[in-house]
Order: sequence, then C-alpha cells, then structure tokens
Amino acid sequence: MNTHLAGIFPRSGGLEARRSTTLTLTMALLALLAVAGIVAGIHSLVAGHEHTFGVSRGVPWGILIATYVFFVVISTGLCIVSSIGHVFGFKEFMPIAKRAVFLSIVNISTGFLVIAFEIESSWRMVVGNVVGANLTSNIWWMGTLYGFYLVLMVVEFVMLQKGRHGLASACGLAVLLTGIAANSNLGAVFGLLNGQWFWQGPYMPIYFVTSAATSGAVAIIFYTVLAYKVNGWQMSEAMKQSLGSVARLAVLMLAIIVFFTFWRTVAGVTGSAPGRHEALLALLNGPYRFNFWAGEVLLGLVLPLVLLLATRGRNINVLFVATLIAMVGMFFMRYDLVILGQLVPPYHGMGLVDYPEFYSYSPTLHEQLVVVGGAAFCGLFFLLGERFFRGHLVDSH
Amino acid sequence: MNDKDVQRREELGPDRRQEISSLERRALLKLGFAISGVFLGGSVLSLVSVRKADAAGAPVIGGYPYNPHYTMVIRERHCIDCELCKEACVKTNGVPAYGYRTTILEKRRALEEGKFETTFMPVLCNHCNNPPCVRVCPTTATWKDKTTGIVGIYRPSLCIGCKTCMTACPYNARYFNEERRAIDKCDFCFASRLSKGEKTTACAAACPADVRVFGNLADHGDRVYRLLHAPETLIWVLRPETGAVPNVFYVNT
Ligand code: SF4
Ligand code: SF4
Repeated sequence: MNTHLAGIFPRSGGLEARRSTTLTLTMALLALLAVAGIVAGIHSLVAGHEHTFGVSRGVPWGILIATYVFFVVISTGLCIVSSIGHVFGFKEFMPIAKRAVFLSIVNISTGFLVIAFEIESSWRMVVGNVVGANLTSNIWWMGTLYGFYLVLMVVEFVMLQKGRHGLASACGLAVLLTGIAANSNLGAVFGLLNGQWFWQGPYMPIYFVTSAATSGAVAIIFYTVLAYKVNGWQMSEAMKQSLGSVARLAVLMLAIIVFFTFWRTVAGVTGSAPGRHEALLALLNGPYRFNFWAGEVLLGLVLPLVLLLATRGRNINVLFVATLIAMVGMFFMRYDLVILGQLVPPYHGMGLVDYPEFYSYSPTLHEQLVVVGGAAFCGLFFLLGERFFRGHLVDSH
Repeated sequence: MNDKDVQRREELGPDRRQEISSLERRALLKLGFAISGVFLGGSVLSLVSVRKADAAGAPVIGGYPYNPHYTMVIRERHCIDCELCKEACVKTNGVPAYGYRTTILEKRRALEEGKFETTFMPVLCNHCNNPPCVRVCPTTATWKDKTTGIVGIYRPSLCIGCKTCMTACPYNARYFNEERRAIDKCDFCFASRLSKGEKTTACAAACPADVRVFGNLADHGDRVYRLLHAPETLIWVLRPETGAVPNVFYVNT
C-alpha cells in the first residue's frame, strides 16, 4: 500500500511548496468557506429550495446550474489542453499536462459538489440513473459520461504519477473522448429544448465544446502562474514557452467565441423567434446589459484578447491578469446563458394581464454560499495539489 | 396563440379560412387529427367534418394514437374566473399552496376606443403527444401512458429533482412538490378519480360555466369529439410552434 502511494505522491524532486503562515491561513479560510457552502447546501436540501433558494416554477435552474456548467466546462477544457501534450505528443504542451489533468479532476469534482445541492432529491440519483436510465435524455448521458470521465481521469492521473506513460496516454485518449461526448451532451441539454428559443439550436453542443477548449487554455495559464506565485517558484524556460503556446491557443479560441457571440446576437436580433428576441434584448439593452457588456464582452473577451495579443503571451504577470479576468467573464457567460434562457415566460406576448413580461431571478444567500464554497473547495484542492504533487513537474523521459 | 388571430380568423369567414398552406396542413396532421381541416396562421385551426374533408381531397390520417384518447376542450369565452376548478383540483389532488396544477390567466384585448374585452384562459398540462418533459427526464420518473396518453409522474421515487422537465415543458405545467420531493403536475385526475371509476376530472366537474369539457377524443360519440369536429369551428391550441402536439384544445363555441 505504502509503496503504491509513494508512487503516486512523490517524496522528493519537483518543487517544494512554500510553508508560510499566510498560505496556511489561506487554506484554512478556504476550508472554512467550503464547509460553510456544504452546510448551506445540505440545509437547502433538507429545508427545500422553496424556502432557501431563489429558483422558482418559472426559473427552476439558478446560479448553481451556471456554476456547475462553469466548472465542468473548465474541467473538459483542461482535459483537452492536457491531451494536446501527453496524448498527441505536442512537446510545447507537455509541461502543463500533469497539472491540467489534476485540476481537471478538481474542477469536475467541484461541479458535482455544487450540482448535488441544485438537484433537489439528488440522493436518488445513484439508484434512479441506473434503474430508470433514459437513453433519449441528454442529461442522463451527460451525467453518466461525466461520471465515467471522472473515474477514468483519476486512473489517468495515477498512471501519470507512476510514470506509466503508455497507459496514461491511452487513458488520456479515452478521457478526452468521454469528456467531449459529455460536454456536447451538456450543450444538447440546452440546445434540444424546443420552446426555449434562447437555448434551442443545433450549434449549442458545438458552442459548448469550443467554450471548453477556451476555458481550458485560459484556466491552465491562470492556475499555473498562480501556483508559481503563491509558492515563490522560479519558472523554467520550458514552462514559459509552454504557457506562451497555450496563450496562442487561448487567443484563437477566444476569437472563435467572439465570432459565436457576434453571430448569435445578430441572428437573435434580426430573427423573430419568439422569446429569443426578447431575451437578447434583455441581454443587450435590458436588465442584463451590465452582465453582457461588462462581464461577457469586456472581461470575458475583449480585455483578455487585447492583453494576450499585446504581450504575445510572454509577460507572465499580464498572462495572469488576462486569464483571471477571462475566468470572471466566463462565469458571466455561463450565468447569462442559464438564467436568460428561462426568463421569457411561456405565454408572453399574448396580451395577458398580471403576467410578467420577464421572470426574475436572483440568487439567495444559500445559493451564494454554495457557489463561494464550491470555488473555495476548488482553490483548496488546487493548493493541496501543488504541495503534495510538488508542482506537478513532468519528467523529461 | 394570439387572441387577435382568433378575432381576425373569425372575421375572415369560412371561405377565406380555407386558404392554407401545405405547411399548415401538415402541422394540423401532426396534431393527430383523424380529420383534416384547415390550420390557420400557424396557430388557429379549424376542422371540417370527415365527409367535407374527404370531398376536398384533404389528407386523412387514421384514428387517434390512444384509446381512450383523453382530451380537454376549453370553451374559453365562457370562463368567468370563479376559480372553483382550481379549488377542486387543490382539494382532490392535495396541491400545496406554493404550487398549482391548473390556473387561470387573464387576457385583455382592445375593442373600439377605450373599451376592453377580458377573457379568461384556463391552462393546465397539455398531455402532449410529443412531450418534451418525457424525453428529457434522466430517470424515466415521468412518462406518457401507452393506453391513455396521460403524462404523469408515475414513479416519483425515481424523480431526482433535476427540474429539466420543468425547463423543457413549453406550458409551465410542472412544479416541484416539496412534500413528495418530486415533480407534480396535472394527471387529468388519473390517480385521484379516473382510476377509481370516475369519468371526468375534478376541475371539469366543478366548473359551473361548463368551460372544461373532458373526454375521449377517439370516441366519435363523445362530447369532446363532437366539439372539435363541429363544422367551421375555430379551434386553437397553445404554442403549436414548439412541436409538443398538445391535447388541450380551445374553442369559443
Ligand atoms: S425533475 Fe424528476 S421528473 Fe423532472 S426530469 Fe428530473 S427526474 Fe425527471
Ligand atoms: S404540457 Fe408540459 S408537462 Fe404536460 S405533457 Fe406537455 S411538456 Fe409535459
């Protein structure tokens, strides 16, 4: 047993994590926030969402679904960027591969943790998903595939740690395919709902996979630089070059998302699909305009693109700022996508009296605690990962 | 369905109502009608008798998919918003205060200057022939019964509360029941009445204005059949564009 573990947890080599009071306190704080989030989540399940969450009959999916989407899309993306190096053999992407695999596990686990509180009778999932399996349901496929994905990902990571590279990259390929299948099904959960015109459309699964690749590239830069900063490590030339390559990928992917966003907007504004038009107006010039222009466009797309292009991905500090704000922007994208898709009531435009033109939703304290708790959980395991896996260094053989 | 459409169609008169595209014809067929008629403006449809449809060379499809094919016809303009149907539903089916299985919406349309006409529009689960809620449910907690066509939460113990069906339903017919920890919705009173031998739903039985007519569309002698096949009747359904193929029909006769 011990020798097995020793193979997984390196005792020496790699980078020694910094041991400072500030770092310990930070970790303690993250742990506390995570526990608070979990307690709030459990309470919401016991007391019922009716009394604890802002979700309603009209808007049954709230910020926790958005948060789930945020984390699992990042996880899939990290899996994609890790595979470029250690499955497909592109050397430039090697140095980030191990960290990406580990964080992919952390991010998907965070996603699962958060959604367990949004699914109001989530404890029935274990039995229900097996006994009642519905093969026409995208959400069934998404959940099942992501379940396998998590397991395979752990196997892949263990193989990587043990230096069994052949097995690890075979595993990596399986994980990649499962992850992409799961992720596109998540897109289909939204895209295949006729009658929810803001979501509906065959491009949704493709948009999700593209978003994943974008998030993955952005997130691995963010996490890597953060790891080096908090631990005071010196970045090797190889790692710097690697980050530069990832940054170029990030620029390309961000540009594609700009393209998507632009055409979705134009199509929605010029088209007359009932509901989509109204939702888009709310986004462009209504109650969600701050989210869209400041969150999605400025933080999520324009600023990161400008910063990455201006420094050509070479300045580490700029890389960090660019990816940090891009992550914030991405959260806005997920939030707006999930919430706005539900805001136009089904019987709108029929001249109804006392009937809202828009539903409204705002997250309650319980929901906010779960979101913060999830982020803290993710942050804590990121820091622990750096410590126990000694900077996730990739050996050169 | 837009109320203005009904008004406009009514003003058009029977002759002009025949001007329909093949697309609209197909949409009507998809609704599962044995008799084809005219389907107007993408949302208003009008049926003619079998004989007339045949004579007109309109396509006819065979029968209704279920038997009994439970259907509700809402005679909308007769609704007075007394809400006795809601009360009866709540009592019969143990619906909690925060939820509803059926409700009444209020429509207002402008007549000549300064005058309005108010109509009340009862809504409930449409027991769709192509129910999006059923397709998305990961655990098959909800399905459409093969005999009756009633969409219900037949296995609440499998409902995980993911609420995907709520987002999928084009009619906002579902709510999460905190006591049962599962989704609840109109089941045409199957559990509370039909399965015990009653012939109609609690809401239809309670309505003093005879607005809600419940019955078997596959039975040519049934009142719902006759209401829906009366010549030159304007019939419409809600949100036909979603392709859910609803089984709650609205008329003003
Ligand atoms: S909430 Fe329940 S009934 Fe609805 S889709 Fe989820 S598991 Fe199925
Ligand atoms: S109205 Fe909604 S709940 Fe009822 S069958 Fe159709 S989709 Fe399902």
